[in-house]
Amino acid sequence: MAKLTMVQALNLAMRQEMEKDEDVVLLGEDVGVDGGIFRVTDGLLEEFGETRVIDTPLAESAIVGSSLGMALGGLKPICEMQFSGFSYLAFHQFESHIARYRWRSQGRYGVPMVARMPYGGGVRALEHHSESREVYYAHTPGLKLVIPSGPRNARALLLSAIRDPDPVIFFEPKALYRAVREEVPDDEETLPIGESRVAREGDDITLVAYGAMLARTLQAAETLADEDGVEAEVIDLLTIQPLDDSKFSESVRKTGRCVTVHEAPRSFGPAGEIAARLMERSFLYLEAPVERVTGADIHIPYFAREQAYLPDAERIVAAARRTLDF
Amino acid sequence: MPRGQINVARELEYLSVLDEDGKLDEEHAPEVSDDDLKAMHRAMLLARRFDERMLNLQRQGRIGTFGPLKGQEAAQIGTVAAIGDNDWLIPSYRETAAALWRGTPMSGLLVYNAGYNEGGRIPDEQNDTPIAIPVGTQMLHAVGVAYALKYKGEDKVAMTYFGDGATSQGDFHEAMNFAAVYETPTVFVCQNNQYAISLPRAKQTQSATLAQKAVAYGVPGIQVDGNDLLGVYAAATEAVKRARDEHRPTLIECVTYRMEVHTTADDPTRYREDEEVERWAKRDPIDRIQRYLKQRDVLDDDAIEELESELKEEIETAWSQAQEAIEKYGDDPLHMFEHLFAETPPYLEEQREALAKALEAGAGKGTGQPQANGEEADDEEADEETDEEAGENGDNG
Repeated sequence: MAKLTMVQALNLAMRQEMEKDEDVVLLGEDVGVDGGIFRVTDGLLEEFGETRVIDTPLAESAIVGSSLGMALGGLKPICEMQFSGFSYLAFHQFESHIARYRWRSQGRYGVPMVARMPYGGGVRALEHHSESREVYYAHTPGLKLVIPSGPRNARALLLSAIRDPDPVIFFEPKALYRAVREEVPDDEETLPIGESRVAREGDDITLVAYGAMLARTLQAAETLADEDGVEAEVIDLLTIQPLDDSKFSESVRKTGRCVTVHEAPRSFGPAGEIAARLMERSFLYLEAPVERVTGADIHIPYFAREQAYLPDAERIVAAARRTLDF
Repeated sequence: MPRGQINVARELEYLSVLDEDGKLDEEHAPEVSDDDLKAMHRAMLLARRFDERMLNLQRQGRIGTFGPLKGQEAAQIGTVAAIGDNDWLIPSYRETAAALWRGTPMSGLLVYNAGYNEGGRIPDEQNDTPIAIPVGTQMLHAVGVAYALKYKGEDKVAMTYFGDGATSQGDFHEAMNFAAVYETPTVFVCQNNQYAISLPRAKQTQSATLAQKAVAYGVPGIQVDGNDLLGVYAAATEAVKRARDEHRPTLIECVTYRMEVHTTADDPTRYREDEEVERWAKRDPIDRIQRYLKQRDVLDDDAIEELESELKEEIETAWSQAQEAIEKYGDDPLHMFEHLFAETPPYLEEQREALAKALEAGAGKGTGQPQANGEEADDEEADEETDEEAGENGDNG
C-alpha cells in the first residue's frame, strides 16, 4: 500500500499489466522518452523497450487506427491521445471502425483496446486542452466510456479496461492528476466497468457526479450537512457508458430529490440522460424536478475565466437548496 | 552553400510484362507455373461473371447497392495471389475478386449485399478483414496488423487495398508514414481505376503518378500496368518478399480502369465519354491473359467455354444458398442487437425486448413514411429511390 497520485496510480496499472501480459503495448505522442506530457507513462519505455512503448509520429488518426489493427493482430494496445480535445482527428476511426468492428465482423474480431485521454478544465491550459466532450463517445454504440474520480479507482478501472474484450475510452480528469494522494494497494485490484458507487451516504437528496466534479460535489454535500443539516447521498458514476442507473435510481427512490453535475455543456449531456432515466423508472418517487448543474452550451472559456464556467460547490449547494425547497 | 540541390527524388519504376496483344516481356516476367496461371485466370473470370450476376440481381431489386469491379480483375488477382493463405488481407469495398480468391463464399457476399450483417462474417480460417466503406481508413488497420505480426515474430504480411481517391485522404498519408517509421510488413495496393465516383484521376492530384507519393515517406513505390496480370503479380511478389524478409512496406500503383459504375447508384454518363470506356475495353485484363494463355496452348476456346459453364453453375448454386440464408435471416430482425459487445449488456437486452414487443404488435413496416406524390410507389420506383439515396450518401471511392 502506497499513497499515490492519479498519475502514479495509472502508471502502476499499466506497469503491472505489461509485466504480466506481453500483448499489452502503449503508443502515443511523447509517451516513451518523455514519459507522457503528464508523466503517466513515465519509466515504462526503460522497463519495456521501444517495441512496447511506442513514441508515434504526430497523427491521432494513425495512432487510433493502427491501434485497431494491432488489436486485430492479437495485441492489447493502450493508446494515448495527448488531450481529448485532439481526439477528433481520430473520431472517424472510433466511430466508423473501432465501435463497429465486432458487430461488422459478426463476432469474428473483437477490439480489446483502450484509448486514454486527459479531459476537462481546471489546469489553466490553452484552447482545446480543457474540453469535456464525453458525450461524443458515450453516444456511439459499441464503445464503453470510463471516467475515474480518484487514484485508487483510476488504477482499478484502467486495469479492467485493459482486460476488457471490447474498446474502452478512458477519460482521465486531468485536474485530479496530482491534486490528491490516496492509498493504492500494491496487489492488483480491479473494479467492474459499468458500476457506479455510493461515494457518500445520505437520506435527504441525491447528488450525481463523476470525474473532477466528484470532489466539488462531495464538498457541497459537506456544506449542506454543516449549514442546512441536510444529508446528501453522492453517487460517483465511474462509467458513463454503459450507464449504471441502479444506484442513483435506488437513491432517488429514497430521497425523492436529485441534482446532477457535469462540466460538459448542458444540452444533450449526461445529466439529461440521468433525468430521463429517473422519469422513466422513478417518476412517482420524485418530490422535485431534477436539477442540472453543468457547463453552459458554450466553449469552455480561456483559462482566466474557466473557474467561472466550471460547476463548483457553491452552485451545487444552491441547486440542492432549490431542489429541497421546491 | 546557401542554395543548392538536395537529391530526394528517386527513379520510379514502371512495370508492364504482358502487352495488349498478349506478348510477353521474357526478361521481366515473373516465375509462375501454368497451373497457377490457370488458377488466376479462373479467379478473374469467376469474379467477372459473379460481378455481372450481382449487377443483374441488383437491377432486379434482389440485392442492394454495391461497387462492381469490372476491369480490375488483374489488379486484384495479381496482387492477392502473391500473398500466402496465412497472410492478412485488409480490403476496401471493391475487392470482390480478391475476396473470392481468399475463399470468401459467394453466398456470403450475396447475403451481405442483400442487407444482412450475417453475410459479412469472414470464415474463421481466413485472415481477412470485412469490407471497409469509409475511403482510405482501412490502411491504418493494415499498419497495425503488420506491427502485431512483426511484434509476435509471425512470418506474415498484411496487404491492403484502396483507390486513387483514397490517396487524397489524410489516413493514406498517415498509414504510409507509420508503416515506414515502424518498418511494418505492409503492402499498399492502390487500384488507380481513374475515377473517384465522378472525379477523374487528373483532378485528384497534380502528382504525375500516385506511386511517387511513396518517395516522400521513404517507402519503395512502383507503378504497374494494372490490367497486366503478370506485371501486377511480379510487382506484388517483390513487395511481399520485401515485407516478409525486410519488414518494409511498398506502395504499388496499379493503373487500371473501372469499366462499370462506381456503385449501382451511379450514372457514369454524367462524367465520362463512351469512347473512353471503349478504349479501355480494348485493354481488358481478361482478354489479355486469355490471348497469352491461348498463344501458349495453356487454354483454348473449348476449355474456356467449359470453364464458363462451370462458373455459371457455381454462381447459381451460391445464389440458391444465399436465398435460403436470406429467407432464414429475414425472420430474425432482432439479430441487429447481436455482436455489439462480447457480452450483450442488460440495457441492450431491455431495448431488444422492447423492440420485440413493438414488432410483435405490428411495428417495423415503416408506416408513416411519406411516398412520392402521396401515393404508394410501386416496387420499381421504390428501388430507384433507395438507389438515389445511396448515391447521395455514398462514399467517394
